[in-house]
Amino acid sequence: MSYQAHFRVWRGDADGGELGDYTVEVNEGEVVLDVIHRLQATQAGDLAVRWNCKAGKCGSCSAEINGRPRLMCMTRMSTFTEDETVTVTPMRTFPVIKDLVTDVSFNYRKAEQIPAFEPPAGVAPGEYRMAQVDVQRSQEFRKCIECFLCQNVCHVVRDHEDNKEAFSGPRFLIRAAELDMHPLDARDDRAQFAREEQGIGLCNITKCCTEVCPEHIKITDNGIIPMKERVVDRKYDPLVRLGRTITRRK
Amino acid sequence: MSEKIEKHSYDVVIIGAGGAGLRAAIAAHEAGLRVAVVCKSLFGKAHTVMAEGGCAASMGNVNSNDNWMVHFRDTMRGGKFLNNWRMAELHAKEAPDRVWELETYGALFDRTPDGKISQRNFGGHEYPRLAHVGDRTGLELIRTMQQKIVSLQQADARAKGNAGADDARLKVFAECTITELIKDGSGAIAGAFGYWRETGNFILFKTPAVVLATGGIGKSFKTTSNSWECTGDGMGLALRAGSTLMNMEFVQFHPTGMVWPPSVKGILVTEGVRGDGGVLKNSDGKRFMFDYVPDVFRAQYADNEAEADAWYKDPDHNKRTPDLLPRDEVARAINSEVKAGRGSPHGGVYLDIASRLPREEILRRLPSMAHQFKELADVDITSEPMEVGPTCHYVMGGIEVDADTAAAARVPGLFASGEVAGGMHGSNRLGGNSLSDLLVFGRRSGEGAAEYVKSLRGQYPAITDAQLEDVMRVALAPFERDGGENPYEVHHELQDVMNELVGIIRKADEMQQALDKLAELKQRAQHISVSGPRQFNPGWHLALDLRNMLLICECIGRAALLREESRGGHTRDDFPAMSAQWRKVNLICSLADSGRDIDVAEQPMIPMRPDLLALFGKDELKKYFTEEELVDVPEEAHA
Repeated sequence: MSYQAHFRVWRGDADGGELGDYTVEVNEGEVVLDVIHRLQATQAGDLAVRWNCKAGKCGSCSAEINGRPRLMCMTRMSTFTEDETVTVTPMRTFPVIKDLVTDVSFNYRKAEQIPAFEPPAGVAPGEYRMAQVDVQRSQEFRKCIECFLCQNVCHVVRDHEDNKEAFSGPRFLIRAAELDMHPLDARDDRAQFAREEQGIGLCNITKCCTEVCPEHIKITDNGIIPMKERVVDRKYDPLVRLGRTITRRK
Repeated sequence: MSEKIEKHSYDVVIIGAGGAGLRAAIAAHEAGLRVAVVCKSLFGKAHTVMAEGGCAASMGNVNSNDNWMVHFRDTMRGGKFLNNWRMAELHAKEAPDRVWELETYGALFDRTPDGKISQRNFGGHEYPRLAHVGDRTGLELIRTMQQKIVSLQQADARAKGNAGADDARLKVFAECTITELIKDGSGAIAGAFGYWRETGNFILFKTPAVVLATGGIGKSFKTTSNSWECTGDGMGLALRAGSTLMNMEFVQFHPTGMVWPPSVKGILVTEGVRGDGGVLKNSDGKRFMFDYVPDVFRAQYADNEAEADAWYKDPDHNKRTPDLLPRDEVARAINSEVKAGRGSPHGGVYLDIASRLPREEILRRLPSMAHQFKELADVDITSEPMEVGPTCHYVMGGIEVDADTAAAARVPGLFASGEVAGGMHGSNRLGGNSLSDLLVFGRRSGEGAAEYVKSLRGQYPAITDAQLEDVMRVALAPFERDGGENPYEVHHELQDVMNELVGIIRKADEMQQALDKLAELKQRAQHISVSGPRQFNPGWHLALDLRNMLLICECIGRAALLREESRGGHTRDDFPAMSAQWRKVNLICSLADSGRDIDVAEQPMIPMRPDLLALFGKDELKKYFTEEELVDVPEEAHA
């Protein structure tokens, strides 16, 4: 049942670091986070790692495991062979603080830029009426646990630090989509904002974000693409343009 | 010690960024004060995200017979009448407004066919009452309030003519741990001291008011549904500041945690599974809960499968299924079945939804449960039963507070709300009453603190350098020692002691053993040493959290040994009956003058207001109250 696994874990801080080699016990049914915790408790008391719920609900323990962006708590050891080396490194897109912990403040800054939900005028609390089928579209995006794996894997920013200013990343494009699709949100400029302030045009829909999403949110298909289409609608729709031209002539 | 300390001044400092903390922050900001929220994790990761089933509020959207009085009755029954009745009353009355308010912040709850907020059945609630979003309601609450806080910061920026967010009046200090509260000469709150997890550097908040919203204590037990953050920090801080904890012996073991594989043992399986039709079965395939309906609940619960199943469709003419008895009853029943040798292969019982609902319906209603079992246990809950067993989930006890203002006992300027506060849930909390609790009392604590601060008229208390030196020395002590105890080992032993000796079923001699063992662990904790730098050092963090856990565990142990009856989340093998005499008693824990040990005192409960008492039939009250308490109560229930 138990065996000794070979782990390589990145140790270091903003000034640099290296992979440390560890031999550590693994038991039946364990996930990578269990093994990291065992390392902490027995060999590396100061090994820095974020985690909270250990059940895939809080999105704290994001890392790259053998190069793949994953939640450590949802990566079962049984997906590796016993003689396979398991390499755990911090998310690459964000600056390292220490060991597996990165500075994810980029995401919180982006969150602050998006205009909040705007309540509908004249509808009192308790009087909100929405159909299940209508809220479901936004609910898919509200499943997001903010693990930021999509932000980490998105190659618009992964190796392009200079794009970070102009691009909010998939997590916040679906936040825009969620608000756009909210049946009672009073703003109608979500798509425009996505184009002008969130850099939705930079996304070239390679769907890497969708692939790594632990909540299986169809980020690209259900969120980003519809938003891109709305952007196109508003900006270039020939019918709308014709209509406007006619009105102006009057 | 000449270390330079980062210092801030705020009107209110809120410790904890779960539901209660965030709701308190919104309230205090709306009252016009400058507010800091300090939390151990990243913003939006608090343990509230783990809440699954829903938020109880008698909106009456699914069954229009529901109202605050029914909710109040259910809550008191669930808590076996040990609840602070004023809190239960405020909670039942205000919960609907608090839920509706969330919609104005942008929350998207599941809907009824007529477009209102949908409500689901849950243990101990007479009507479908829980507002929910599938089985991820806690996440919706956290995210909604997180986004509301951002929107307040945006409004502050707009007021100054700026774009984006402005945190001058409302700021979140994430990954920052408070280790001590500081008081002035008069005994009032003057500040809060702690460290940044990222750098290990110290930080001081000068403030006349602190709201503790730090949540629970689950990490003191081995099998728990709680995250690493639930180390009883707020209770430890309150005790050391001179406040008191009440009824700490009442610890809720959620009946359904995962039991297999070992690494996921304790992770929560929502009560929503049973609310939506799931049933508990033993190894003989028998629905055993019918054998465990206690006398006090016979009037409301079915005694046969036919009626129990009919109740889902026609709740007005059938009694409800005993699978949905309050959590303490179900946890004890599972414990007994396993002890009698009728458990599942891994020491739990079966929870079957697969044979009760079509696959699509299960996936729609319980998506994250399906996901969790598939990914972590290789179990497809749409085709096979889950294995479940009790897991430490919630502490009903907590800081003794004033119901209306959430002011903590004995310390001016200290407030508490959410799980860290005691009283509201009596001896056992109903599922769904936690999310509503933190909305109702989160708001009240924010307003209570704001009112207190305004009454000071700008006269804020001061902190001396000597006080700072003291708290710094304590925080750094583990680094000063070499080759001492390993904090992880002390923690593991503590969890074993609590799980084995002060768990679901308690005995006097075992609890005495636990107290002896705790005294020893407390000694050893004095010699914990940690290595490495101060920068993001989990060993050091645990060493400091252990101070709180050890204090809280001693409170639980001492109070549990004193209370010689069984009630709710406190079951004594040697005193199996509920006692009407003990119902009148709150057990109050305080820190002894030595600063090391815990004192426990009996404190009589304030008698329930007659109009609230009249909401129950006298026959029912007789099961809980002494004769002399009921002389003026009419025979028939009022509403």
